[in-house]
Amino acid sequence: MRIGHFSHSYARDEAIVADRRGWTLVIVLAALVVAFPFVAPTYWLYLASLLAINVISTVGLNITTGYTGLLSLGHGAFMGVGAYTAGYLALQHGMPFYFTIPLAGVVAALTGAAFGLPSLRIRGLYLVIATLAAQFLLGFVFQNWTAVTGGLNGLKLPPAEFLGFRFDTDTRLFFLVVVPAAALTLFAANLFRTRVGRAFIAIRERDLTAEVLGVELVRYKLSSFALGAFYAGVAGGLMAYFFRIVTSEQYGLQVSVFFLAAVVVGGMGSIFGSILGALFMTILPEVLRAVVNIAAPFLPMKAALVLAPLRETVFGLLLVLFLIFSPRGIVEMWRRGRFALSVWPFRN
Amino acid sequence: MDPILLFFEYSMLGILSGGIYTLVALGFILIFKASGVFNFAMGEMMMAGTYAFYLFAVILGLHWVPSLALGIVACCGLAWLIERAVLRPMLGQPTIALVMVTFGVGFMLRGIATMAFGSEAHQLPEILPRDPFFLGSIFVPGKPARGFALAVAVCVSLILFFRYSRVGIALRATAADQITAYSMGIDVRRIFGVTWMAAAAAGTLAGVIAAAVTSLTPDLGSIALNVLAVVILGGLNSVGGVIVSGLFIGWLESVTGAYFGGMYRDITPYIAVLIMLMIRPHGLFGTKPVERI
Repeated sequence: MRIGHFSHSYARDEAIVADRRGWTLVIVLAALVVAFPFVAPTYWLYLASLLAINVISTVGLNITTGYTGLLSLGHGAFMGVGAYTAGYLALQHGMPFYFTIPLAGVVAALTGAAFGLPSLRIRGLYLVIATLAAQFLLGFVFQNWTAVTGGLNGLKLPPAEFLGFRFDTDTRLFFLVVVPAAALTLFAANLFRTRVGRAFIAIRERDLTAEVLGVELVRYKLSSFALGAFYAGVAGGLMAYFFRIVTSEQYGLQVSVFFLAAVVVGGMGSIFGSILGALFMTILPEVLRAVVNIAAPFLPMKAALVLAPLRETVFGLLLVLFLIFSPRGIVEMWRRGRFALSVWPFRN
Repeated sequence: MDPILLFFEYSMLGILSGGIYTLVALGFILIFKASGVFNFAMGEMMMAGTYAFYLFAVILGLHWVPSLALGIVACCGLAWLIERAVLRPMLGQPTIALVMVTFGVGFMLRGIATMAFGSEAHQLPEILPRDPFFLGSIFVPGKPARGFALAVAVCVSLILFFRYSRVGIALRATAADQITAYSMGIDVRRIFGVTWMAAAAAGTLAGVIAAAVTSLTPDLGSIALNVLAVVILGGLNSVGGVIVSGLFIGWLESVTGAYFGGMYRDITPYIAVLIMLMIRPHGLFGTKPVERI
């Protein structure tokens, strides 16, 4: 049981890392992350890098959907905008990654704000359809604006390079994605301790009431969309450098649903929940593949054939089960677990 | 060929395919009006019902009329199960949870159908005669025309059912005000089940018609995404609105497909809906909800 944990000031009460124990934990975690690529097998490293990218995108969607309550089905397309922007700038203008990735975020943010415009007049299901329309329209642009997107062939990127240092091995790529992931997650966690973040939460709770209380809906709804899309754009830009290829199938509707599922499964309106949700959604396909491979000799059909539909089925089933039995996501389970630990052994 | 005549032919084709949109859109609207759930699994329910029909008609080799009846019954059972097991526990949850749960159900249905029947395209038996006819001097292809006639018949009977039958009146009362309906002795929970089953029946018929014109794959349900655009265009709570907008979207798709190329066809409904949301945020015939703080 943890004792002696008091807050004497508001600043300390709302601090992200409140005490020595927290700082120790942060330092240990950071050391583990830095050491990870030197001890982990390649495959794990690949998964960890993918996870870092997914965390960025999930946190972004959580800002728009989980914190501000603006349901978006266009997140995958915003990632695509980022990926194509990074790819286009790198290929056609030879820009280095430290320009292309922020620019990918900015272009995605502008796109997000443009498609967020309907959110000023509509809400709920109408907004869902407006963002769905954004998803399909952008997908159409990806496929047909051949001069920029390479059409159906997509774009093939050179490895990211910094002063002659090429990010071409798994270890180097890992650091390329982990640094922005950590920075952006920290930024999001801090955002909700500020005026802007509180305005987002007020809009989620009831936008009309928030407006009466002086929250400018136009500004904050659009900035929420833009910020979420910025995260998506950065994640897409990193993904472009990670896979070194950008195609329109990588950023379809299923990606939007994937990240919405990550937000819901992890916990809406929680940064830590976004990390857990992204972790769950990244690992789930791999676990399933392992299970199918083990079960392969006992299956009547080929394992490769059954894998894709099985993944779809299990994904759907887990989504339904999570929503019914744990609507607040994994983060709520985590909280309960921690609480149970913190009162042990004095309760009962 | 005369360009005006050609235009009429494309228009005719479009309106005929719009009949299916209208039918599926009615299923959406029914569930939405009664229970406030926007069913993203509608397309997959439609696909599941069509596979049930395929199971009876082709694999078991029954005549198509009893197969269709059995397919509808099977899909109604499935819809009842979904409502009872998934949506009932979710009552009162926020929109995003409801949207995601229907997405989850859709994924499950599509995954199971692919595992059971494979991802390849299947042909349905020839239930719609193929022979084309002429309307004046406009060429009308046989299958879509008869499919359209069937869709219209189902739509009309559904609307009559909801206007005059006891269950239909109870359903409209529930849609108007759940609490009042409940206090008047209407079993609101049963009404939820009934609307899901009615939507499933409409979906199965639409699916069979759509698959009879083309073919049956686990992705048959993806046309339901276009239907979402139809529903929003018409206004979420207007039955008349979705009929008009279903036909309109069908027409628009066919005409843009013909004059601008097939690639524009798929995004036309969404462009139409975005423009409409900018001008009239609550649909052509929808009513603006009045809100109290």
